[in-house]
Amino acid sequence: MSKPTFPPTRRSFLQQTFMLGSTLAALKVGDGSALALPSGSVDAARSRVVIARDAKVRSAASGFDSAPVARLLDRAMQAAFDCDSPVEPWKKVVRPGEVVGLKVNCLGGRGNATRPELVEAITERLRQAGITEIVIWDRQNSDLERANYKLAEHGSGLRCFGNDALGFENDLSTFGKAGSLLCRTLTQVCDAVINLPVLKDHGIAGVTLALKSMFGAIHNPNKYHSDAGNPYVADVFALAPIRQKVRLHICDGLNAQYEGGPSFMPQWMWPYNGLLVSRDPVALDYVGWKIIAKKRAEVGMKPFAELKREPVYIATAADAEHRLGTCDPKRIEQVEI
Amino acid sequence: MEKPSVVRSPWSVDRRTFLQSAALPCLAACGGALAGLANSAPLFAFPPPTEDDSQFIREARFYEKLPYKKTKCKLCPRECVIDDQERGYCGVRENRGGTYHTLVHSRVVTAHIDPIEKKPFFHFMPGAVAFSLATAGCNVNCKMCQNWDISQVRPEQLRATYAPPEKIAALAQQNSCPVIAYTYSEPVVFLEYVLDCAAAGHAAGVRSAVVSGGFIQTDPLKKLCAQVDAIKIDLKAYSESFYKDVVNGELKPVLDAILTIHKAGVWNELVYLVVPTLNDSDAEFQGLARWVKSELGPDVPLHFSRFHPEYLLKNLPPTPLETLERAKAIADAEGLHYVYIGNVPGHPAESTYCPHCKNKVVDRTGFTINGIHLKHGKCQYCRTVIPGVWT
Repeated sequence: MSKPTFPPTRRSFLQQTFMLGSTLAALKVGDGSALALPSGSVDAARSRVVIARDAKVRSAASGFDSAPVARLLDRAMQAAFDCDSPVEPWKKVVRPGEVVGLKVNCLGGRGNATRPELVEAITERLRQAGITEIVIWDRQNSDLERANYKLAEHGSGLRCFGNDALGFENDLSTFGKAGSLLCRTLTQVCDAVINLPVLKDHGIAGVTLALKSMFGAIHNPNKYHSDAGNPYVADVFALAPIRQKVRLHICDGLNAQYEGGPSFMPQWMWPYNGLLVSRDPVALDYVGWKIIAKKRAEVGMKPFAELKREPVYIATAADAEHRLGTCDPKRIEQVEI
Repeated sequence: MEKPSVVRSPWSVDRRTFLQSAALPCLAACGGALAGLANSAPLFAFPPPTEDDSQFIREARFYEKLPYKKTKCKLCPRECVIDDQERGYCGVRENRGGTYHTLVHSRVVTAHIDPIEKKPFFHFMPGAVAFSLATAGCNVNCKMCQNWDISQVRPEQLRATYAPPEKIAALAQQNSCPVIAYTYSEPVVFLEYVLDCAAAGHAAGVRSAVVSGGFIQTDPLKKLCAQVDAIKIDLKAYSESFYKDVVNGELKPVLDAILTIHKAGVWNELVYLVVPTLNDSDAEFQGLARWVKSELGPDVPLHFSRFHPEYLLKNLPPTPLETLERAKAIADAEGLHYVYIGNVPGHPAESTYCPHCKNKVVDRTGFTINGIHLKHGKCQYCRTVIPGVWT
């Protein structure tokens, strides 16, 4: 099987967009529909975290085929939003006319980055939900290229670039101990962001999931790894443009890593074959953390606390100062499908 | 910390940056000059800014290789353990496949000709001008940083000029600067470049002076001391809590570094930026003065400087003059001979007084030297030796 290169060509996307646009115009899709709350505004109700897994998602060549990944995504999204059709959940997340950012995590290269097959499936559903402008982005162009994404900085439709393309705001955003410049992709290009972290261990912060992935939106992530990232990870996510624009989190657990992260360490990867979906980044991080901790225990590795890298920033993100979500198991509705 | 006139950002589209960006290639084309730009008169014969990163990258000198392509930085006490493709706290050192690199060798983001008094050095070549430069990056994150827009960013977030050490030495000579000063950001994080520039400078008869926070390990510091002629340490406070909460560093290693510099015989001055309510207690001033006197002796110059609200401490007012005068009075009473007040142009405590006869031996107003009343390093009135590097 040839390795997928993403995104597709501009021509093919525009063709599809044009055809889709006609259909959407006829159906008046998305007109006036209620959107899901941004993740930073998670309400007091229970937070749902869907874990969708399927061993058949994996192809014989230890890769992934697009179609099964798309089916897994559909199952997860429909369960997360109580919908019967694959497109319907996306209409609760985004509106036609919005520019939607897909924040991937490519630090680890193609071995443990957000899978292009997953991004391709999300892009397809977004188009069907009426989105014509999509931006795939991460820290740097080089990160994206190492993870097998094809850069497309210009034009319309589907673009793909790192923060080095547009740079950062001139003025600081601050919250708690964080004082950072935010990338212009987030502040000036995207109306909404879907966060696509990877299910993996982090050698300093315990795990790097939905909350920490937003380090990719700031100019100075290197300043925020002291004390296992606490409270910095929570503080950064609480920066207003982040908490206001990030609406959904889909954690790529097709391949997961329980040790040695964030770099790609094949000896510590395992085929989790799953996706975690939630509007609540704190709940998702809590559930993801427990999955990785359980795997570590199974293979006889020391717990994070013993290694002084327990991700306590997850609890900080849930506290009264941050209110980014919940890490109370009683308030997390974990749905496994 | 002194403030440079200019910070260049490729992505800023405000008027200032636009003018700066536009000015660079123009000036380079018109006789090969790089502007000190808006607030700085000198024009240096630098090549134009470059987008080619590879020329700035060298293997770092102070680190260990660890299993699984990790590296441990041995430059500062933080000892960052860095995964492949990640950077240390400073943001200017990167692990690439298990080898640690500096990304800022010869990567100058700002350069100016400044009076040496601006650093400040008051007992080191008074009246001299220093060819002053910086790269991006810092290994702490002071909430009151005046230069955060170069110290707290990554190198690729600023336009830079490729300026190899020989070029710096030549420029210093051409501009009649007897000193190269490494300043504005944090020279510790571009130490390899400092060492190479200092060597090139000495070969050309130009000295080197470092302005640093002193958060550095002993081994690299000893190598620095062997190469440079003066080091000014910004001692941010005399309490660990301030270093933890405001600086994101530690006090103890800085005090150790000052002792190392002192023992090495390199000329050393200390600056203490007095931040209202955070490091301005009598106990801290007294503790600091006693430590200086007991560990370094009474002759090490100590500057109490006025804070101005910047970066993440915009909520505090500038330091009241009476606070600075209180700090000086306490240090004087403890027996220190050379206690100055900084960032208050025209204050009498900008000048140097003979500790024996009390006459003014170096008369200053701001960065201007009005008169030097020394002869062979001695007070011209009573022949008392005034410590320093005077010529």
